[in-house]
Amino acid sequence: MNLDLTDEQRLLRGSARDLLAGRGTIAAAREAITDPTKLPDLWSVAGEMGWAGLLVSEDHDGVGLSAFDAMLVFTELGRVLASVPLLGHLTASVLADRADGALAAVLADGTRRAAFVAARPPGDVVDGWTVERETGTGRVPAPVLAADGTLTGATAWVPDAPGADVLIVAATREDGSPVVVVVEAGDASVREERTYDATRSVGHLTFDHSSARELDGLGAGDLAGAWYLAQSLLAAEALGAVETALEMAVTYAKDRMTFGRQIGSYQAVKHQLVDVLKARENAYSLIVYAGLAHQDLPEELALAASAARAGAGKALDLASRTCIAVHGGIGATWEHDAPLIFRRAQISRRLLGGTDDATDRVAERVLAGATT
Amino acid sequence: MNLDYTPEQLAYREEVRAWVDANRADAPALHGQWTDTAWIAGRRAWQGALADGGYAGVTWPQEWGGQGRSPVDQVIVDEELVRGGVPNILDYIGLGMLGPCIMAHGTSEQKQRYIGPMLHGDEIWCQMFSEPAAGSDLAALRTSAKAQDDGTFVLDGQKVWTTNAQFAEFGLCLARTNPDVVKHKGLTMFVVPMDTPGVSVVGLEQISGDAEFNEVFLDGVVLGPEHVVGEVDGGWACALTVLMNERLSIGRDVTGFRMDVDRFPPPIAADAHARRDPEVRHRLGDASVDLLAVRFNGLRALTALQQGQVPGPEAGLAKLTMVEAATRAADLVVDVLGPSALDPTSEWYHVVSYLPGFRSAGGTAEIVRNTVGDRVLGLPPEPRSDKGVPFSQTRSDGAVEAR
Ligand SMILES: Cc1cc2nc3c(=O)[nH]c(=O)nc-3n(C[C@H](O)[C@H](O)[C@H](O)COP(=O)(O)OP(=O)(O)OC[C@H]3O[C@@H](n4cnc5c(N)ncnc54)[C@H](O)[C@@H]3O)c2cc1C
Repeated sequence: MNLDLTDEQRLLRGSARDLLAGRGTIAAAREAITDPTKLPDLWSVAGEMGWAGLLVSEDHDGVGLSAFDAMLVFTELGRVLASVPLLGHLTASVLADRADGALAAVLADGTRRAAFVAARPPGDVVDGWTVERETGTGRVPAPVLAADGTLTGATAWVPDAPGADVLIVAATREDGSPVVVVVEAGDASVREERTYDATRSVGHLTFDHSSARELDGLGAGDLAGAWYLAQSLLAAEALGAVETALEMAVTYAKDRMTFGRQIGSYQAVKHQLVDVLKARENAYSLIVYAGLAHQDLPEELALAASAARAGAGKALDLASRTCIAVHGGIGATWEHDAPLIFRRAQISRRLLGGTDDATDRVAERVLAGATT
Repeated sequence: MNLDYTPEQLAYREEVRAWVDANRADAPALHGQWTDTAWIAGRRAWQGALADGGYAGVTWPQEWGGQGRSPVDQVIVDEELVRGGVPNILDYIGLGMLGPCIMAHGTSEQKQRYIGPMLHGDEIWCQMFSEPAAGSDLAALRTSAKAQDDGTFVLDGQKVWTTNAQFAEFGLCLARTNPDVVKHKGLTMFVVPMDTPGVSVVGLEQISGDAEFNEVFLDGVVLGPEHVVGEVDGGWACALTVLMNERLSIGRDVTGFRMDVDRFPPPIAADAHARRDPEVRHRLGDASVDLLAVRFNGLRALTALQQGQVPGPEAGLAKLTMVEAATRAADLVVDVLGPSALDPTSEWYHVVSYLPGFRSAGGTAEIVRNTVGDRVLGLPPEPRSDKGVPFSQTRSDGAVEAR
């Protein structure tokens, strides 16, 4: 029993932190709101660092690290609001690695970039694999692979789809059974959507008899695994932003004086900051749980990854709003960094089912556990 | 990173499980009334059996009758007792907090005299710290201990919220020996035999109607110098040791309440409508997320303990999360089951009645937030009007005399 990071994991985390420091990613997050070309190109960095192939096995020229290792890198990305399309790529690469070594290898070195077009696994209330719509709370069935090998359907709000070379899509056959297919980006329509968080690349996808290639041997377990990996990565990324928000707010609370005292000495301020720390501790514990589940507890993965997503999402909502509040007026200005974390929180909580869907999944799992 | 047990730990778990199976017939009921002398007698005997089996004081040094085992082994014992549906030790306050203080600060005579009977439940201990006018602000306590020419001390005052005093043989009592210095510098820790003339215990009914805690009156209680633990006027250091050990026990479920994530879903799962109701699911999911975090906060703390680190004030955050999440989850369960779940015969009656007070036990939610804000986040402390002021110059309500 040991929940500490290994020396290798500390090294991985430290090198990611060093590499991302001083790249001006936070300032770029603001400039990109008006001019998206201001985002630094981190994709080549990701390739050099081996991040693109982090989850591809060594047999396919990847680094062969664990989901938890990827989560550590994501926390560092989140810490500086880095914009790099790894969420879509890493989840896609895991599927390629299991079924198509040649594809996995070109994804691993970053020469081709992939995006995973996820579908939410069936639950105890909603049956079937479902995807997001552009607006409204209802979900729609995942794209369908016809007998003639073409894919038809639409999925909205797909992370990292714009600019991807290849899409790895969670689809179903006409009978509703899940299947993983590869679609060249040129064979689909990808409409980029600029969002409230300029660092987040998302697109709306339409497949209209797009030619698609099935990844043999993959099924429901693999697709669910990729969904929960994406949930875990989003959780880890949120944690990094929480830590930045907390640090920023604590620093300010020690500095800013009112009525002859530092504002951090007022309980109304102090207790808000402690509540952010509490949420941070809880989120980290759940991220550790998710990491363990990916590694050793497959039957708990749905619960652990969903709990991590929900817990870290809650933490980010709280941290980003508290950070603004503790800064008073300055926190609500365009020039300040606090609103950038708030923008991150606003989009993150709504991606891939959103934190509410993750919370519902936690309920489903604990209810199922109580029934058996 | 792993949750694996070593082969030795797995073997230990088997051993504990076998012991529980073999001895279950002798175990008293898991829950009972804290004023029910027959049940308490059963709990004492059960603690004795646990001690004889080597399952009390698992992490205590062997020198004092403990097993010298790791914190993981303690968790294994706790888990197996829960699994077997049998109670843990009765004197979790003595073994968890007061014994370690005596081991750290007591004389060798005190250790020889008190530790063994404490371990076996032959003598139960209570923590006589809080007073009517001193809870959060413990160092403002007013029970006085006046040194006499013959070397004895005479104690006068009142303690309150003293858990288990109704059947305890001893109390560890913090009292003021010197009022003319700042408040925490004039305190001394005493061992008080509860049958000493002048000690009287009056039960206090709690929300549930049960009386787990008490008022303890001290009226001209004479104690010899052999009852002093640590230095005269050095009681605050002893108190800090107690509070530090209290943090160690925060994650342990010694009361049998089991505010774990698994505790709440069964009644909801059993209701075909509720389990599909989106609002119910959202509330259950939200509370379960936090209760899962509490579980893994505990495992993280255990990792740190194993490496010899002492738990810091942040350990209190896990208790806050636990109380908050368990409160939401318990409210949801009662919403689903309906008001009859608040009948005294229902297990939820006890859970619901226990949680509001539990928020304050061992340090209120506000005090935890103050301490963590100051010591973990490094935020500036609040100005204190009694800082640096001798206790005798503070008013009876704790405020500083106008000068
Ligand atoms: C179930 C239970 C068992 C207990 N068992 C024992 C025992 O065995 N032995 C023992 O000695 N004690 C025991 N206690 C007492 C417990 O330690 C105290 O209740 C606790 O420390 C709070 O003190 P108080 O009750 O005097 O409340 P107060 O200190 O008067 O607090 C009242 C309210 O004011 C708030 N407050 C106080 N100071 C501050 C501040 N600086 N900033 C912000 N808010 C503040 C508190 O948070 C609280 O909400 C027990 C309590 C409970 C509920």
